[in-house]
Amino acid sequence: MHKRLISGCVFLLGIGVFPAWADNGTIQEERAMNAMPMENMDHANEQSSGGKPGVMPGRAQGGPAPENARDPHAYSGGYSIESGQYALPGPRMLKLADEYSFASLLMDRLEAVRTSDNRSITYDLQAWYGRDYDRLVLKAEGNVDNGKIEEASTELLWSHALATYWDGQLGLRYDSGEEPGLTWLAFGMQGLAPYWFELDITGYVGEEGRTALGLEAEYEILFTQKLILTPRIEASVYGKDDVKRGTGSGLSELSAGLRLRYEIRREFAPYAGIEWASTYGSTADYARAAGLDTRETRAVAGLRFWF
Amino acid sequence: MRKMSSNTRVIPDPSRRRFLQGLAAGGVLMGLSPWVKPGWAGQVATTATGMAPVLSGTEFDLIVAETAVNYTGSPRMATTINGSIPSPILRWREGDTVTIRVTNRLNTSTSIHWHGIILPYQMDGVPGISFAGIPPGETFTYRFKVEQAGTYWYHSHSGFQEQTGMYGTIIVEPRGGEHIRADRDYVVQLSDWTDEDPMKVFAKLKKQSDYYNFNAPTAMDFFRDASERGLGKAMERRRMWNQMRMSPTDLADISAHTYTYLMNGTTPAGNWTGLFNPGERVRLRFISSGTQSFFDVRIPGLKMTVVHVDGQDIEPVTVDEFRCGPGETYDVLVTPQDDAYTIFAQSMDRTGYARGTLATRADLTAPIPELDEPEWLTMTDMMGAMAQGGVMGGMGGMNHSGHSMSGSMNKNTTPVRHAKTEYGPSVDMRVDMPRTNLDDPGIGLRNNGRRVLTYADIKTPGEPVDPRDPGRDIELHLTGNMERYTWSFDGLEFGKSTPIHFRYGERLRVILHNDTMMTHPMHLHGMWSDMEDANGEFLARRHTISVQPAQRISFRVTADALGRWAWHCHLLYHMDAGMFREVIVS
Repeated sequence: MHKRLISGCVFLLGIGVFPAWADNGTIQEERAMNAMPMENMDHANEQSSGGKPGVMPGRAQGGPAPENARDPHAYSGGYSIESGQYALPGPRMLKLADEYSFASLLMDRLEAVRTSDNRSITYDLQAWYGRDYDRLVLKAEGNVDNGKIEEASTELLWSHALATYWDGQLGLRYDSGEEPGLTWLAFGMQGLAPYWFELDITGYVGEEGRTALGLEAEYEILFTQKLILTPRIEASVYGKDDVKRGTGSGLSELSAGLRLRYEIRREFAPYAGIEWASTYGSTADYARAAGLDTRETRAVAGLRFWF
Repeated sequence: MRKMSSNTRVIPDPSRRRFLQGLAAGGVLMGLSPWVKPGWAGQVATTATGMAPVLSGTEFDLIVAETAVNYTGSPRMATTINGSIPSPILRWREGDTVTIRVTNRLNTSTSIHWHGIILPYQMDGVPGISFAGIPPGETFTYRFKVEQAGTYWYHSHSGFQEQTGMYGTIIVEPRGGEHIRADRDYVVQLSDWTDEDPMKVFAKLKKQSDYYNFNAPTAMDFFRDASERGLGKAMERRRMWNQMRMSPTDLADISAHTYTYLMNGTTPAGNWTGLFNPGERVRLRFISSGTQSFFDVRIPGLKMTVVHVDGQDIEPVTVDEFRCGPGETYDVLVTPQDDAYTIFAQSMDRTGYARGTLATRADLTAPIPELDEPEWLTMTDMMGAMAQGGVMGGMGGMNHSGHSMSGSMNKNTTPVRHAKTEYGPSVDMRVDMPRTNLDDPGIGLRNNGRRVLTYADIKTPGEPVDPRDPGRDIELHLTGNMERYTWSFDGLEFGKSTPIHFRYGERLRVILHNDTMMTHPMHLHGMWSDMEDANGEFLARRHTISVQPAQRISFRVTADALGRWAWHCHLLYHMDAGMFREVIVS
């Protein structure tokens, strides 16, 4: 179980993360390969370039702009949309949605968690406010046990679009709960890897030389347009031991879950699922010392909603 | 598993059915609906729907106000002109100077743009570019000389008011009298209606861009595919899409999940009907006023002869079906002999339709065709010419693509140059080898067994009005990021863009290159777009040109209209997302 869980997660992360950084550099080449054997290829070339050497087929997505890329302002003749000849007096009036801010809150998981010996509530939400490429992001995750917040982690980040499907994020994380609060500097990437893996990878630097890494990956399998299965894995890694919090250096905790939701509306979906979680290394040692299990199976039932 | 999924397709969902069909009676159940709120005058006026009233002459008074309308069973407030959907049909005469006083009784600014009409830029009606808009309570007087004839239309250019009811037809009678002879002449205005606040629709798309797509590939589809074609083929079919994180079923961002499609302001259940006597020649002026919907129009049992497109006579071409994009107009002649025919206009994504009837008596109807099965976008839609050789066999309709490929003199096939700003987060795809052939009717219409109009068929008789060769080329790319729901030219949304400068008096060529997987109806204000074929030969004078996915087209423009003008995608939600540029002629 243990081993299978790890290898499964590593595999999922592998396929997810790898292409993320390469971000699809090879797609156009593959497309070219697919089309290559066709005799019409020459014609297609001719057509595209009018007989002259045009843009060599490159990447279809992302990548750096080539030297000879066009200046998008080359046709402006020095004019601006703000003012000048024939412009209306006063400040520019026409503002479209690219200059408007939007806001959203996604409660990805609000669930009752049941293990062999305990019941608790877990929440995991993400909210944002801002424009298309720059947003303020709030991420909050935590467990409520016996009416008390057992552990909670809340992040406030500036999110900036870096690539077609990737946002870079920078901000602060604050851990609270039963132990004294802990503040971290957070920096990470969130986005969509090829094959639709949703990834969130964040590194943390805390007080007293603490470091940590958090990984989350989700995937959606549509059985129908409304019945959706979401495999999800989450891993946390720490740079050094923290006896008080019971986390040890190295891979500390790994969980993998399956949640089946039914979207009554897009915005509102009840779900049920199962999750397996394990602690590793010295985290597991601390757990054993405290008389806790290092592995647990959780039944979850909850709501996913957004607006 | 196969059985299960085919069952789900057959069993109709009654609630959805009613939604799609709409209410038969347009009457408003006023009740105490929270959606219906008293307007300017303190009372709720009801919207008149159906064939719009006709106003003619040279002086017009138009009043913009909120009126109640009920298309789905739950009343809503619409923004209307003189209280009707569609807005009144304005009949002008070529050569007349028209005066139109537009009074705003909304509590927000409004405007009217005269789509396809050549006029001074101050009269063009784009708030923030042509003028300041019409503030609440005020009247703006438009006055201009009508120097053209044909079928056009008008609509609000403010916010989402076009979506909520502000669109009408303009018919300009030629100076020497109507020369397209017909016994009957009907306007058939196609549009889409949502009970939702359009701004909320837009916000939903920003948060989940496939919100309205209930045709996404599922695991069930995959298993069915795998059992029918084999696992390898099923995976191959999906690989590229999944790798690129793009959906092969994103044919319309907004579907019948929220839209009710209207014909002359009437729901499919309401069945707008045009009467005729057998053997009469009937002119149907189709105005494509869907804010986010392409319509595929046909009249089963009747051949349609397309005679007039975008206000210009064309060399008549007889077809079974045509696609019309938002902004375009198509006039067809039909000669019905039987008692009744259905005018069927299905949305491009095949989730719904607008429908009406041509009949000899008001109570007659004809069978309504089934919606076609939605198709997946093809490799041609993703990679243009690169796909055309290889996947040809399986690419319905693409078998003629070879023709245009031989033309190495292509005028619009100068080297592809992407803009520097197309390599960032605002762009999800770039096409290096576009297709330039115009004889492709587009996704969903290829090889459907019917004769479908293509852009290659639309020819204005004679030479272009301005015979000069273009002095220079302007290349612009249509771009977007579906996941983020951002839309732009050259990867720059309007707010980050600079204007395109046309030198007054010059003749130039515009090349539009579509780096997205959606079709964009591009509308340049103030000047004609003289569409060319791939060899640079003049085809037709247009005001709105739909550019298909991975396609590169060109047109010539004579920069004879001083001022600032709008240029944008006529899919309202793309325009509002930033697929909008300002043009300066100076």
